[in-house]
Amino acid sequence: MSFIIHYVKQYKLRAFLAPLFKMLEAIFELLVPLVMASIINKGIKSADTHFIIRMSGVLLFLAIAGLLFSITAQYFSAYVAVYSAADIRRDIFEKILSLSQGTKDKIGDEVLTTRITSDVNQIQNGINMVLRLFLRSPFIVVGATIMAFVIDVKSALIFIAAVIVLSLIVFIIMKYTLPRYKTIAARLEKVLHATSENLEGARVLRAFCQVDEEKEAFENKTNNLVQMQLHTGKVSALLNPVTYVVVNIGVVVLIYMASGRVNDGHILQGDVVALVNYMGQILVELIKLANLIVILMKAFPSADRVREIMSMKSDERCQDKLPINSTAIDGAKGSISLKNVSFSYTGGNEMDIENISLDIPAGSTLGIIGGTGSGKSTIIKLLNHTFDATSGVVEIDGQDVRKLTDSYLAYTFGIVPQRASLFSGTIRSNMTMKDVEPSDDEIKTALNIAQALDFVEEKGGLEAEVTAKGSNFSGGQRQRLTIARALIGKPRVLVLDDSSSALDLATEARLKKALEALPWKPTMIIVSQRASSLLSADQIMVLEDGRCVGLGTHKHLLESCPTYSEIYYCQYPREEALGE
Amino acid sequence: MNNMSQSRIMKRVLSELKAYGFKIVLSIICALATVYLTLLIPILTGRAVDCIIDKGQIDYQQLIFILKQMSAAVVATFFTQWIMNRVNNSITFTVTKSLRDRAFSKLQQAKIAEIDSHPHGDFVSRIVSDADTFADGLLMGFTQFFTGVITILGTIYFMVRISWKIALVVIIATPISLLLAKFISERTYKYFGAQAKIKGKETSYIEEIIENKNIVRQMDYEDNALDNFEIMNDDLSEVAMKATFYSSIVNPGTRLINNIIYAAVGVFGAMMAISGGITVGGLTSFLSYATTYAKPFNEISGVITEFQNALACAARLFEMIDAGTEVDDGDRSIDGAKGRIEFKNVYFSYNKDKKLIEDLNIKIDPGQKVAIVGPTGAGKSTIINLLMRFYDIDKGQILIDGIDIKDIDLDNLRSNFGMVLQETWLKNATVKDNLKLANPEATDEEIIEAAKATHAHSFIKRMPYGYDTILSTDGGALSQGQIQLLCITRVMLNIPPMLILDEATSSIDTRTEQKIQSAFNKMMKGRTTFVVAHRLSTIKGADTILFVQDGKVVEQGNHVQLLQKNGFYAKLYRSQRIEN
Repeated sequence: MSFIIHYVKQYKLRAFLAPLFKMLEAIFELLVPLVMASIINKGIKSADTHFIIRMSGVLLFLAIAGLLFSITAQYFSAYVAVYSAADIRRDIFEKILSLSQGTKDKIGDEVLTTRITSDVNQIQNGINMVLRLFLRSPFIVVGATIMAFVIDVKSALIFIAAVIVLSLIVFIIMKYTLPRYKTIAARLEKVLHATSENLEGARVLRAFCQVDEEKEAFENKTNNLVQMQLHTGKVSALLNPVTYVVVNIGVVVLIYMASGRVNDGHILQGDVVALVNYMGQILVELIKLANLIVILMKAFPSADRVREIMSMKSDERCQDKLPINSTAIDGAKGSISLKNVSFSYTGGNEMDIENISLDIPAGSTLGIIGGTGSGKSTIIKLLNHTFDATSGVVEIDGQDVRKLTDSYLAYTFGIVPQRASLFSGTIRSNMTMKDVEPSDDEIKTALNIAQALDFVEEKGGLEAEVTAKGSNFSGGQRQRLTIARALIGKPRVLVLDDSSSALDLATEARLKKALEALPWKPTMIIVSQRASSLLSADQIMVLEDGRCVGLGTHKHLLESCPTYSEIYYCQYPREEALGE
Repeated sequence: MNNMSQSRIMKRVLSELKAYGFKIVLSIICALATVYLTLLIPILTGRAVDCIIDKGQIDYQQLIFILKQMSAAVVATFFTQWIMNRVNNSITFTVTKSLRDRAFSKLQQAKIAEIDSHPHGDFVSRIVSDADTFADGLLMGFTQFFTGVITILGTIYFMVRISWKIALVVIIATPISLLLAKFISERTYKYFGAQAKIKGKETSYIEEIIENKNIVRQMDYEDNALDNFEIMNDDLSEVAMKATFYSSIVNPGTRLINNIIYAAVGVFGAMMAISGGITVGGLTSFLSYATTYAKPFNEISGVITEFQNALACAARLFEMIDAGTEVDDGDRSIDGAKGRIEFKNVYFSYNKDKKLIEDLNIKIDPGQKVAIVGPTGAGKSTIINLLMRFYDIDKGQILIDGIDIKDIDLDNLRSNFGMVLQETWLKNATVKDNLKLANPEATDEEIIEAAKATHAHSFIKRMPYGYDTILSTDGGALSQGQIQLLCITRVMLNIPPMLILDEATSSIDTRTEQKIQSAFNKMMKGRTTFVVAHRLSTIKGADTILFVQDGKVVEQGNHVQLLQKNGFYAKLYRSQRIEN
């Protein structure tokens, strides 16, 4: 809650004026019955047409002034709500960008997207409604009651009774239904999950002939949902009728009481009419208030969820960076060394990477091989400081990687991820993601090396459109584009994380050749499951369960490292390998 | 968006609602009664006011009679309103459920092609939100529209009965109400449309960045991403501001019209009251009609948009419910099949413009192992799609033990194939339930035995609740390799006569793969098996190798034959070895 107030405070004046203007509008509205009463009491009784015309002028004035005030108030509250929400959205987005990979993985992509979209929408709605109604409605309820007191204290007591009874009814019904609305939402969510799970598994489910079971399970879920909806509906369907009865019975009692007061000469006929009007206003506002509470009840959990994200620690990696000048880009050579590096995803005792030490001289090639889950990709993420080593040090050109800024690391590393992913935009926007301002020639050279120039030109050159996720390119083309992207800016270290899987053999061979001939001779780190891709590496690291079980050249490992020879001969049976 | 014309959708909707005929009639009767009773109250109030003339001039007998009438009307309104709400709830919720159930059920028989080619999110949103919008929009819209119109007509009727002259004043103001409602709703509609568009754009940007956060960080692209986001966010705020503002001036606008009518009625009424043309009570009734008169107008204008929206949603749902299903008119059974499979002059393509398989002929003897080989994305899965009848062939025949697969009952056909796919899928259920998919009768012992054979037992045991651990659809904490092991175990529990292994071990590291080899061999023994793989060792031992390129089978034969042929396969085989 307080966190939303913080955002709304940015628009203090408007946030203050909106409810204020709403209240002014309400005052005008509250005056109307009084004017009408005087028309009846004075104008009609004494047949004073001038008075009537004057008073109707007052009514018109009240109407127009009310409109102006209320439109201004609506404008201010819309402004505050929309722009506070925009600020919140922006800040969550920034927050998400700053989260460490580990935190982000823990929360999940879908959750993050929901927070920044629908949760913020709920908050926006909530702010808007609060500014518009939260003061106005109670104000009218209280104001109408006060007006009733002004007219006649004794009759006004009925107002007090009616307001108390009405509030109680609204409260009880809300208390009953609100938690059940939550249950309904949760059950609807289950229906949603069931549907998307079913679609994902369509082939498997049909292969196992699970159609009937799936239908039954789904119908159970919709049944649960409907039961709860009907159950809750029973009570919520009472809200309107009950409040209606209370107010109108209130009117009946009021008229009866007032008739006595008129009989005694305390009030006039017009006053009775005004009292009845005030009673009606109370009903209208209380119903609005009830709706407001429903909206707020949706906004509160959203606010909580958003705050949860906002209060997450930004990247917990070391923030104590070296000043930029001491890490001048030009001086970078691209040598890397790992000293007793261990890492655990969970932070527990069980290490995902265990005590690895390794020197990669600038310009050399390192191959990393190992089974699934052996930690190949994790090592890469430690090198460029995506993750912080739990213990030990990673050094780039002799500098502790933790002290290097992200932008320095971005210049140093060109990384081709396992899963090729592009961003919506153009080829150019994808190629210029790094802040290095490459010339067109530079981009074309990179595309050429990555074997991507042909199809890029076919698609219309650098300005060719790239749709979300690069879905207008084939898997192999996407992969080549990500390789080109990594080459932009001539990074000192080039990392290929199993990144030629979607290429046909001929293209792969050409690519390999081109990469070996890179003029600036970067340090190359090639991760692969296939021994054949790594044969020419200066050194190969063999990983098993996060430990380095072998390090050396292909020849050396074949003789000394059983795991390596096992992998190798398993992929290239002995007789074939020897048959060369 | 859809081909159904509005009148056809409407007809379809009406036929859907036929089953609720009684409830709908009841709802309409209650609505009529509610409107009538509600409109009666101002009249009675007015009459009551007329009994309270002045000090000592109170007609108590008449007053009490009227107040009793009022109480009766109020209590009756309670019941009609309550019943109406309940009935409407019941119609809405059950219609929604029925639509959801039928759409889901249809999905179970939908052509796989349909599921493959259609974004899953769209199906999900049809089943979840379209169903809601339809029921809410249509039924609630209908009620609002209906009661709105009746209220307007009723109000006019009662007003004319009191004084046709003042009624005329109100009726003349009607076009202003309509114009205002139109003005506002057109703008609201326009800006909401624009808002939805920009929101969609922003959301996909958010998704893209979140999904690729790792790359964003590697490229030090955070600031640019934030800049891009801010531009979109500003655009969104601007439009959202307009949309929110315009939608929020509906109420003040209506109030203005009401208040003007109120003032006009006040003047005319008071003037007439002086000349005795109307009583003070009559004026009171009039005034309260005037305050509520304009409200139904903008409700109705809102309803029309909502109604069209609901029809659009209905059309989308009907499209789903009426979609074609898999052809399943075979009735023959191949239980205990020997596994002789023959493709005879088979023609197939995913879309008509792009020819794919043409005149394919394959003969496979029982118990043979068939390897499907080719570059990634070459269409190796097509053959599997055809065998399982996920897609139907265009021409020719596929025979199993001499029976055309089109003559075989679909479930029977599929249950005679055991399938492990590269894209693994798990149900959101316990490990045990997932494994039982293949064989619901499997005992715990059988399950553990199978899991031991596939080396899955050890990691299952280590999970928090062992075999009772609930898995999420994406496998959660499990690695891709572990998920594949679970999928293999699943098939082990009930091994049908024929097997399909589509890169079944692609994520399992080479050593584990070797360890489960004996289980695999036992599984494949005597069974016709289709294997999609990239490892030479797996391929070499196959009885038949199908080399697939660009979706076509370009070569078939065994290893030796294909090497002699010196074609694609020979080239691939050599290139993989030349890398050595």
